[in-house]
Parts: sequence; structure tokens; C-alpha cells
Amino acid sequence: MKIRRVTNSDRMMPRAQTNWDWRAAANFVFGGSGGGLLFFAALATLAGAGFIAPGVIGLALIATGLTCVWFEIGRPFRALNVYLHPSSSWMTREATVATVLFACGFASLWFQATALILLTGLLGLAFVYSQARILSTNKGIPAWRHRRCLPLVVSTGLTEGAGLLVVLLLWQSGVPIVPFALLLLALVVVRYLAWCAYLDGLSSDGAPAGSLAVLGAMRDRFLLFGHAAPALLIAIGLTGFASLAWAAAFAGVAVVATGWQLKYTLVRRAAFNQGLSLQHLPVRGAGAPGPALKPGWPGTPGQKV
Amino acid sequence: MTRFAMVVDLRRCVGCQTCTAACKHANATPPGVQWRRVLDIESGEFPDVRRSFLPMACMHCDEPPCEEVCPTTATKKRSDGLVSIDYELCIGCANCVMACPYDARSIVHEAKFAYGDKPIASEAIRFDPDRINVSTKCTFCIDRIDLAHETGQIPGVDPDVTPACVNSCISGAMQFGDLDDPDSNVLRLLSETQHFRMHEELGTGPGVYYVWDRA
Repeated sequence: MKIRRVTNSDRMMPRAQTNWDWRAAANFVFGGSGGGLLFFAALATLAGAGFIAPGVIGLALIATGLTCVWFEIGRPFRALNVYLHPSSSWMTREATVATVLFACGFASLWFQATALILLTGLLGLAFVYSQARILSTNKGIPAWRHRRCLPLVVSTGLTEGAGLLVVLLLWQSGVPIVPFALLLLALVVVRYLAWCAYLDGLSSDGAPAGSLAVLGAMRDRFLLFGHAAPALLIAIGLTGFASLAWAAAFAGVAVVATGWQLKYTLVRRAAFNQGLSLQHLPVRGAGAPGPALKPGWPGTPGQKV
Repeated sequence: MTRFAMVVDLRRCVGCQTCTAACKHANATPPGVQWRRVLDIESGEFPDVRRSFLPMACMHCDEPPCEEVCPTTATKKRSDGLVSIDYELCIGCANCVMACPYDARSIVHEAKFAYGDKPIASEAIRFDPDRINVSTKCTFCIDRIDLAHETGQIPGVDPDVTPACVNSCISGAMQFGDLDDPDSNVLRLLSETQHFRMHEELGTGPGVYYVWDRA
């Protein structure tokens, strides 16, 4: 039997992170959608839409994500310690926003007061932003810390929220669908631009080969099912060839499903760590120093380690 | 002020892993966890090939990204430059693991021993349940550093108050000391050599310097 020779030099290469599994990914998957839904559902109340169904679903999604991550942490019964570092930790800020969000969300469902509903929507937006900042402040994962990751994660959360909202509008009568379909279409365009900018930025600024390979592999699929197909469905609905409500709802489902796939991929599969590097190989005896070594990064020295 | 730092002379390291073993002995880390490790790197193509050794551990950064993201304040940077973890506060969320660009942190979710489920005598004595399900990493042998306050000894000079890896190094490749002390061995070595800090472009200000050539 042939065994591939494994040396410690393998540990210089960027490796896929293994500490955050599907439970952590679920927090970003459900939390982003829930926050986005609450934001747009709150705005939709100004156009006469009801808040109870989207409010309950938005809060349930966020609660599901947080419950998943609670099962992931090593010491779940110390979870309240998460509130101890608001001065710099976005995880603390996310937890704080979530606490206020649930209080405000339940109050808005109970009292149905416009101010409370709008505040809940804003807190939903803050929750999405907090989650994106959690990823972007992690310097150990180049695919997350890239400056264009934050707008991508925020834009997909909002797009998923709008997608869920147009699905839920199927069960609400008397609410004009056109503005929400156009909103979803605009967000699909924004997310597409954020996605392209993110991939281009990663390629040009440098990222581990593993991250680029994983994200590159989903590029066309994400474009087709997450953007082209939803945009086409909405366009068909707007031109009157099909029911706009149903066309937008199908577009919403596609947008949500692909957004979830994007976040799962980003957190679980594309999250390669920085790896190690040597700016100079040391002098040995009377020899000369060697060149820099940074294996696992395309276009950098040391690819053949 | 005091800023403890480590200087690793890559020209001297022979990859013997004595520091790795000394660290495991001093800190009783479980199987699979190495707070200190030495990478054995083969690079180049025949006939121009090269073998290098890279000792790695927590860099005890000036601006520790792990401290910034820690939601519990379990990770803290002390005034002497050491980055510590309070196991009583840590919730094991692994955010610090993601934030560290040096792959220096690990979380063990269940007790592991060298020979199966049951610890051998020495493991049973030294097993620390507080370290399960929380983030752990190199501490620069913080207990020894703190002992220096009581004994008046000098870390990096007196072995009792110097990290175990530095004491064990057979080639003198690892030096430890106070960068703010003008007479320290680390400052002298840095002034006489060319050196770099890993991933310095990330703004972490690592407290470990790698010497690669004379000045």
C-alpha cells in the first residue's frame, strides 16, 4: 500500500477550519435571513402588510440559529459570559442586539405598535450587520477578513429577507406586490455585484488556493440559480406572462436557498486559515539565505513544498 | 514597562523537537495538542533543495486579534505582553481560533490520553478538567514568569522563570526576555541580526521574532 508522505510542512499550508461546523453555519444561515426578513417586514407594514407572520418567522429563524450555535459552544452553561466584552467583540454585540431584538420583537407582536415594529426591523438589520462583522474581524480566515466579505454577507442577508417576505405576501391580500418584486430584483442585482466584487477582490488581493477553489466552483451555479433565474422570474411576472405574486415567490425561494448555500459554503468549506509563511529562509552554515516561502497561496513563493 | 518576547534564531534550529517535548511535559497538553511545535519544511526542487525548521506557538501579539473578538474577556493581554486565557470565563466559542492567523489555539472537547480512554498515572495527576471545551494555547509558561515577581529572578536569564521550551533548546536557538530592558539578551540578538515577524502585515504585532541572517 502506498502511503503519501506526510511531513510537518503540511501544517504550513492553509487548512480548512474545523472548529465551526454546521451549527455555527446555521447561525449565519438562519440569522441573516431572519434579520433581513424582520427589516423588510417592518418596512412593509408602512405599505399595509401585516407583521405577525413575518415577525414570528423572522424571530424563529434567529432563535433557531442562536440555538444551533449554543449547542456548538464548548461550555453552553456559561453562555451568559458572551455579554462581557461589548467594547470590541462583535459576538458580544450580536448577542446584545439579539436580546434587545427579541424583547422588542415580542412587544411589537403583542402591541402591534408601528414604532415598535420599525425598531424591531432596525434591530434585525443590526443583527445581520453584527453577524457580518463577526466574520470580518476574524483575521485568521482570509476569505472572511477581506473587506468585501462584509457587504456580501449583509447583502445576502437582506436579499434573503426580501425573498422570504415576497413568499409570505402570497398569504396577504391587499398588499401591492410590484414594489416588493422590484425591491427583490434590485437586491438580487446588488447581491450579484457584491458577489462578483468579492470574488474579484479575493483573486486580486490574494487568498488561500483552497478558498478560491471552493468559491470558484460555486460561481456559475450561484449566478444562475441565485441571480439570473430569480431576475428572469420577476421579469416574467412584471411583463404579465405569469402571476407576479407567484413568480416573485419562486424567485424568493431561489434567492433564499442560494443565499443559504453561499453562507454555508463561506463558513464551512471556504474558510481556510492563513497558513504560515517565512519571509526568508535562514542562512545555513556558510550558505546564503533562501527566498520567501508562503505555500498554499496562488502567485506566492513556495508552491512546491 | 516590560514587554516579554521570544527570539528564534532559525539559523540555529535543528528541528530536534526537544522544545515540543519540553512544552508537553511542562504543560501536560493532551495527545494531538501542541502548544509549541516545530515545522519541518522541505522546499525547492532538486538539486536546489533546502530544509528549514520553524518553531511555532502563540505569538503573544501587541494587538491580539484573539483578544479583540473574545466575547467573554477570557483572553486578555497583560501589561507585560503575555496573552492569557481565563479558563473559568471561556465558553469555547472558537471565535479566537478563527481570529488567530498563527493557528496557535486549539479546543479539546473530550479528555484524551496517550493510551486509550484511561490516563496513565502521570496523566491522572496532571489532568485539568478546566481545559476541556475551552480554548488553550502557549502561555509562555506564565506561571514561571509570574514566579519571577516573587523570587526577583529574571525571565530569559534564570531557568526557573524562563519558558520550558527556551530552557530545553539544545542549540540555543530560542531566547526569551524583556524587549524594554536595554541589557536583555533578546534586544542584543535583534540588534545584531536580520529578523522578521510572521504575518506582520496583518497588524498583529507578534511578540516572536525570527532571525534569518546576521546584520
